Amino acid sequence: MAAKKVFGSAEASNLVTELRRSFDDGVTRGYEWRVTQLKKLMIICDNHEPEIVAALRDDLGKPELESSVYEVSLLRNSIKLALKQLKNWMAPEKAKTSLTTFPASAEIVSEPLGVVLVISAWNYPFLLSIDPVIGAISAGNAVVLKPSELAPASSALLTKLLEQYLDPSAVRVVEGAVTETSALLEQKWDKIFYTGSSKIGRVIMAAAAKHLTPVVLELGGKSPVVVDSDTDLKVTVRRIIVGKWGCNNGQACISPDYILTTKEYAPKLIDAMKLELEKFYGKNPIESKDMSRIVNSNHFDRLSKLLDEKEVSDKIVYGGEKDRENLKIAPTILLDVPLDSLIMSEEIFGPLLPILTLNNLEESFDVIRSRPKPLAAYLFTHNKKLKERFAATVSAGGIVVNDIAVHLALHTLPFGGVGESGMGAYHGKFSFDAFSHKKAVLYRSLFGDSAVRYPPYSRGKLRLLKALVDSNIFDLFKVLLGLA
Amino acid sequence: MEAMKETVEESLREMRETFASGRTRSLKWRKAQIGAIYEMVKDNEDKICNALFQDLGKHSTEAFRDELGVVLRTATVAINCLDKWAVPKHSKLPLLFYPAKGKVISEPYGTVLVLSSWNFPISLSLDPLIGAIAAGNTVLLKSSELSPNASAFLAKTIPAYLDTKAIKVIEGGPDVATILLQHQWDKIFFTGSPKIGRIIMAAAAQHLTPVTLELGGKCPTIVDHLTISKNIKSVVKRIAGGKWGSCNGQACISVDYVLIEKSFAPTLIDMLKPTIKSFFGEIPKESGCLSRIANKQHVRRLSRLLSDPRVQASIVYGGSIDEDKLYVEPTILLDPPLDSEIMNEEIFGPILPIITVRDIQESIGIINTKPKPLAIYAFTNDENLKTRILSETSSGSVTFNDVMIQYMCDALPFGGVGESGIGRYHGKYSFDCFSHEKAIMEGSLGMDLEARYPPWNNFKLTFIRLAFREAYFKLILLMLGLKR
Repeated sequence: MAAKKVFGSAEASNLVTELRRSFDDGVTRGYEWRVTQLKKLMIICDNHEPEIVAALRDDLGKPELESSVYEVSLLRNSIKLALKQLKNWMAPEKAKTSLTTFPASAEIVSEPLGVVLVISAWNYPFLLSIDPVIGAISAGNAVVLKPSELAPASSALLTKLLEQYLDPSAVRVVEGAVTETSALLEQKWDKIFYTGSSKIGRVIMAAAAKHLTPVVLELGGKSPVVVDSDTDLKVTVRRIIVGKWGCNNGQACISPDYILTTKEYAPKLIDAMKLELEKFYGKNPIESKDMSRIVNSNHFDRLSKLLDEKEVSDKIVYGGEKDRENLKIAPTILLDVPLDSLIMSEEIFGPLLPILTLNNLEESFDVIRSRPKPLAAYLFTHNKKLKERFAATVSAGGIVVNDIAVHLALHTLPFGGVGESGMGAYHGKFSFDAFSHKKAVLYRSLFGDSAVRYPPYSRGKLRLLKALVDSNIFDLFKVLLGLA
Repeated sequence: MEAMKETVEESLREMRETFASGRTRSLKWRKAQIGAIYEMVKDNEDKICNALFQDLGKHSTEAFRDELGVVLRTATVAINCLDKWAVPKHSKLPLLFYPAKGKVISEPYGTVLVLSSWNFPISLSLDPLIGAIAAGNTVLLKSSELSPNASAFLAKTIPAYLDTKAIKVIEGGPDVATILLQHQWDKIFFTGSPKIGRIIMAAAAQHLTPVTLELGGKCPTIVDHLTISKNIKSVVKRIAGGKWGSCNGQACISVDYVLIEKSFAPTLIDMLKPTIKSFFGEIPKESGCLSRIANKQHVRRLSRLLSDPRVQASIVYGGSIDEDKLYVEPTILLDPPLDSEIMNEEIFGPILPIITVRDIQESIGIINTKPKPLAIYAFTNDENLKTRILSETSSGSVTFNDVMIQYMCDALPFGGVGESGIGRYHGKYSFDCFSHEKAIMEGSLGMDLEARYPPWNNFKLTFIRLAFREAYFKLILLMLGLKR
């Protein structure tokens, strides 16, 4: 077996230097180059789906449908949109000028930031690697991708495919773990895009601070689901189930983490969930092939610990079975675990779903507000006023009413967090903007100069300035005509 | 310091409580506060001008033009436009998601910190403050200790006009800033040097606090004498005004150095000299129209920049220094070495290097050897040169045929890139700067698609694939059983 190539500070530095040279040479700036790279990414999606599906099955036990839909199809759509809109996105935007800067015209020009770093995650290794790369390339940057080592088959396949199809002078993949990531983070990047945990998000931002590198951090949190009794129970339950266990088995940043409902409604909700869970996954869900497995034994043990905690283990009302050898935990529902339990203190990122009951639904707002801001907050209800209050007063990256997770697929909505769940956003044009500098350009004429701008200063000049600043035409004329 | 720590904690607690109460969400409250800032400035014009004169020797006309006028205008625009800015933006969703709706609402971050600077202590405090309030946040402003009179004015007068439970002012230097930065803020807005910007961002990283950093750099001014010779007088006036007429070169967007073809440099210098005299008379120190240097430290810094013998040798005008009077004479240098200190740090003072090139096109290469500045200025009528400047250099902004005035154009974002900063403000950009863009998606409980739910089969997979492709016709065929 060939010895693994060392990738340390020197290699990272050389890599950035090389890419910077390509960028400075203008390789990535032209429309043609960007379109060519995007089309190659499309070819990867079109011609290599079976390999991608296989890698995801290896890494995560991800069912074919999830891989095909949530990774490949979403990417295809993202590429398609970029190809269709790129000319528009690249065009300068006209800005309005006012009397104070007359005569002048102004525009905002999008320019690439330069050489950017995309650090991806293990749970949607293709989507979360290539989607940001689409943004980086559309915006005209050179890009280095560092996929997650916790999804090794996907990481290797990404490397193979990107090296095979994309322009190596401007797009590169670096595989590895802490050593390689640290070496990359020492370098000066023009932007860093990170998907992962809040804990590492801090590390990324601190490293970026040394070089004043702007960052997008797509983090996570405990995304709550508030379920009102005034809802369509069957639809609600089905959507929660597929949004939780049907999306990488709860291992997604916008996974429904816990449910808030009234004491009165909880039993109905639980019964309905049990019914639909069986319809979806059979009598022995732990054996269903329609769910991803737990990614590795570390996470399995972490989740086990959450379940085994005293005061929590006796709150299981459905599921709870574990199979360490196969890294499987059954869809598990818990009722009224203590608010200060481990399972309610960290992002679950797994197939466990606590349900917390309240005397009345209004209390759910306070529960959510007392916790760090999540990436998503969900509400199921027919009640218009409740929807409005929820949207207006619950702070989260994004709010979804009467569905779960689908906003991820909507390119017209910015996708990103706030507070602990992150900063910045992407998807659709927001991706292009995330990797662009919006340069302000003002065109002035050399005519029409006002003595008012220059020393020596006098009362008259002061009056005129005041008029200009207020953009009040009448005062201005008065002063010019010496009438004031 | 203990007392200060307690003050900070108590202030934070009160501001958070006020924010949680919802008071700052009301547009009426926000407009009232901004209106109060307007009144505060209008009522205290003399006091403010006096404070600025005490701190910086700033003439009242300059003070009005660069600070009071700016704030009055910012406040007016904010009050007039707030309703428009606060309107949710509706997003179009793909047909597949019908009848779902999507929109983006701007919500305040919460409790934000504004760290201001000494050179424009009023506008660089109140402009961000207005933005933060317009967006509905509670705000703590720390004014700069290097402009003590302006700082004292703000600390004393803001509480008399504004809602003290929501808007607070703290005076002090680095030790106070250190205490402030230990706490968690929902956003930090900083104006100052790149060196301190790094410290701010590193501190913010500990809490995942998003930052806007308005920093600086060496703003170059290209003079393409061949194509603007008809208006050379205006050009010279604008450059002189942009160097010495606004806080005496101590502005983040000051003309730092000039680039011009060798043959024309003598003419430029010969025109600058009488222009300076026309602004400031024979003895600029006594003109009353030239701001002072901030303090003895900065005088010594400028003195050090001039002390390099090669730089000394390049002085063609001025050069005298009076440390006690905080005075550095308007000074022009001709071709100081490009590797001298003065050509590698932001001058922030009344020294103007003129760098000559054989061909004006070479300016671009020189600009690109330095970090990205906040602004690039170019006096030219050559469309090709303009295009080259726009596409081959990077800066916060580019202004053609004028200097400094981009600051007044609300329709343009004001901010840096790379070393010159992160984020932007002015006009609506200020509102956005202090807002979290929250995506809201509302689905319908009515229309449910079986294909969304497990157990998975080929039909469902095909259905979803087609749905993602928005291949609606094929989808219909599938559902009618006419497609395999």
